[in-house]
Amino acid sequence: MDFTIGEDRQMLADSLSRTLADKFDWKTREAAIDSDAGFSREVWNALAELGVIGALFGEDTGGYGGSAWDVGVVFGELGKALATGPFLGSLMAGKMLEAAGDEAALAPVIAGETMLTFGHEGAVEANGRPCPPATAKRNGDQWIISGRKGVVEYLGSADQVLVTAQTDAGLSAFLVDMSASGVEARDYPVIDGGSAGELTLTDTPATLVGEDGGATEALAAATASGLVATCWESIAVMDVLRDQTLDYLRTRKQFGIPIGKFQALQHRMATLALEIEQARSSAINAAANFDKDATTRDRFCSAAKYTAGKVGRLAAEESIQLHGGIGMTWEFPLSHYAKRLTMLNHVLGDDDHHLARYMALGQAAG
Amino acid sequence: MNLEFSPEEETFRAEVRAFLKDKLPARLADKVRTGQRLSKVDMEQWHAILNERGWLANHWPEEYGGTGWSVMQRFIFETETAIAHAPRIIPFGLSMLAPVLIKYGTEEQKQHYLPRILDGTDWWCQGYSEPGAGSDLASLKTSAVRDGDHYIVNGQKTWTTLAQYADWIFCLVRTSNEGKRQQGISFLLIDMKTPGIDVRPIKLLEGDHEVNEVFFTDVKVPVANLVGEQDKGWTYAKYLLTYERTNIAGVGMSMALFDELQDISRSTWRDGRPVAEDPLFAQRMAKLEIDLENMKTTNLRVLDAAGAGHAPTAESSMLKIRGTEIRQEINDLMRRAAGRYAAPFIDEALDEGWNGEPVGPEWAGPAAAQYFNNRKLSIFGGSNEVQREIITKTILEL
Repeated sequence: MDFTIGEDRQMLADSLSRTLADKFDWKTREAAIDSDAGFSREVWNALAELGVIGALFGEDTGGYGGSAWDVGVVFGELGKALATGPFLGSLMAGKMLEAAGDEAALAPVIAGETMLTFGHEGAVEANGRPCPPATAKRNGDQWIISGRKGVVEYLGSADQVLVTAQTDAGLSAFLVDMSASGVEARDYPVIDGGSAGELTLTDTPATLVGEDGGATEALAAATASGLVATCWESIAVMDVLRDQTLDYLRTRKQFGIPIGKFQALQHRMATLALEIEQARSSAINAAANFDKDATTRDRFCSAAKYTAGKVGRLAAEESIQLHGGIGMTWEFPLSHYAKRLTMLNHVLGDDDHHLARYMALGQAAG
Repeated sequence: MNLEFSPEEETFRAEVRAFLKDKLPARLADKVRTGQRLSKVDMEQWHAILNERGWLANHWPEEYGGTGWSVMQRFIFETETAIAHAPRIIPFGLSMLAPVLIKYGTEEQKQHYLPRILDGTDWWCQGYSEPGAGSDLASLKTSAVRDGDHYIVNGQKTWTTLAQYADWIFCLVRTSNEGKRQQGISFLLIDMKTPGIDVRPIKLLEGDHEVNEVFFTDVKVPVANLVGEQDKGWTYAKYLLTYERTNIAGVGMSMALFDELQDISRSTWRDGRPVAEDPLFAQRMAKLEIDLENMKTTNLRVLDAAGAGHAPTAESSMLKIRGTEIRQEINDLMRRAAGRYAAPFIDEALDEGWNGEPVGPEWAGPAAAQYFNNRKLSIFGGSNEVQREIITKTILEL
């Protein structure tokens, strides 16, 4: 048994941490989330140069790592710094390219030259109903796609987006150039910093990734990677929230003593600290079971996302409450961490969704 | 990271399993599994079986007859024995007193008492809590006044588990009222046969006789029975309280109980379907299962951090809180699964040899009693609120 992340990964984590501390201070972040793109391209390039994107992918497709542990460690550091940028989109889209063995498409992404994001989930209409699923068909020797994708991470900055669409053969994956004909993108900011967009494709030419009708398994694996990423990111954000709140409890005085001396607050913090350790264990479990059969992998991923969502809400709400008014302000970094953590529960399914999925997978496994 | 046990640890697990298959009497396993009461003889029998294999004192150093196991080996042993429905090891002599004697006792005390704990000659009980000293243990009042070669002990202990079986009691007594309250406490070993000791049963809410009050009236205790120095007992008491915590989460017990709960919820029907298919019950089960799975890893992380031979860390307070909450939740779901058959309670059915007809599902008999009995889990061993205090001070540093 070994609960260390290993020497190489520790080195990656340390240099990532240093680079983010150096190039992505709070002022830089404020400017980044204030910009249309929602992130700093300069920081993105620096991280790519450091090998951060490459660390998410296996050596067979030009990366330097690619295991669930690598994904977890990278996203943990990103969470700690509250980094913005299409990390998750690049991870998930990249995992689809990796599964298809498409080294040529992945190489410029790893190098930071091509901005890649991921569009699987469909858009929702103004009346609350989902748009029809995207469909793709052959047109001569070319594929063309039509359909709408919703809340696509950093769509406005993307050079390419990997989308899923139904073909006659089933669910398939396609790479779309944002400069292609029939692409319409509506970009907007998101509440936790960064941007996303609504993507409309109308007879848009696209490149098939993997087999026609063969995207289901790759999508499940990419989703699992995304879940590991969001869980580890969530835990890192929780750690920051806990530490900032503890600092505040030690220094903020009311009734003549630090408020951390009040038992009503102490026990809430003790409970929160305990819950965060349980959440950390769940995220470790998700990575540890990642290479097992798909049902086991997905069950542990759902258990982790459920736990991260449940504890994440507690961490975000408690840290704001224990800070009082100051926790409600924009200028105080804590509130941004709380927002990010809360919104991470909206990515790839919330705690309810994953509890239900965990139960369904359990029944399927017998 | 690697959450797998090493090949050596897996070999050890196989060895423990083989031993349990071979040596754990089916009669005992059955009683544990079905929630029947264990007699003193039952508990002693299991101790003797373990002692014969040399596995009874699994956390003592080898030189005193212990196994010298690593924390992981102990974890494996505790998990496997729980899954096999072995009786628990009675901790008072083995896990509580013995570590104190090994660290603070005289050579003579070690030579005398340790072998008698191993071979079952002496059954020990713990004299800590008093009516006015529960969570605030240092306010204890039972006094020991030096009189020549003896202490004269007067006062009362309470919640003394299985004192009705005990040959000896280790006691925290007040030997001084000077200075801080913690400074005047001493650690005394008292023979339960000494004149002036009166044990009175306390009947618990579910009806069982598990704990007692112990009264001391002018009880003469030889000075030789003092452990360590007079007035320094608080140090030893704290050492005892934090020493044996690898199993505080009770993960093995929870795993065994959860399996049982799964079987029960699938076989027991209500509202036209198995209880397990009731969406709300199923959701409670799923949340519990996830919490337990997380707890397993949290427990291993704490053990791994503590390493072999190290004193347990304050993280064990987290294990205690969540571990007991999980066990209580399992008991709660068992009780729920029984539906209205949680209520019928035939006391004799919990004793060996009862041949009557069960009322309702055969497993339902002890479900409510166990639920009520296990409310103690979050109260004893330092209440879960006291554990939060420990977390506050040592981990959160507030």
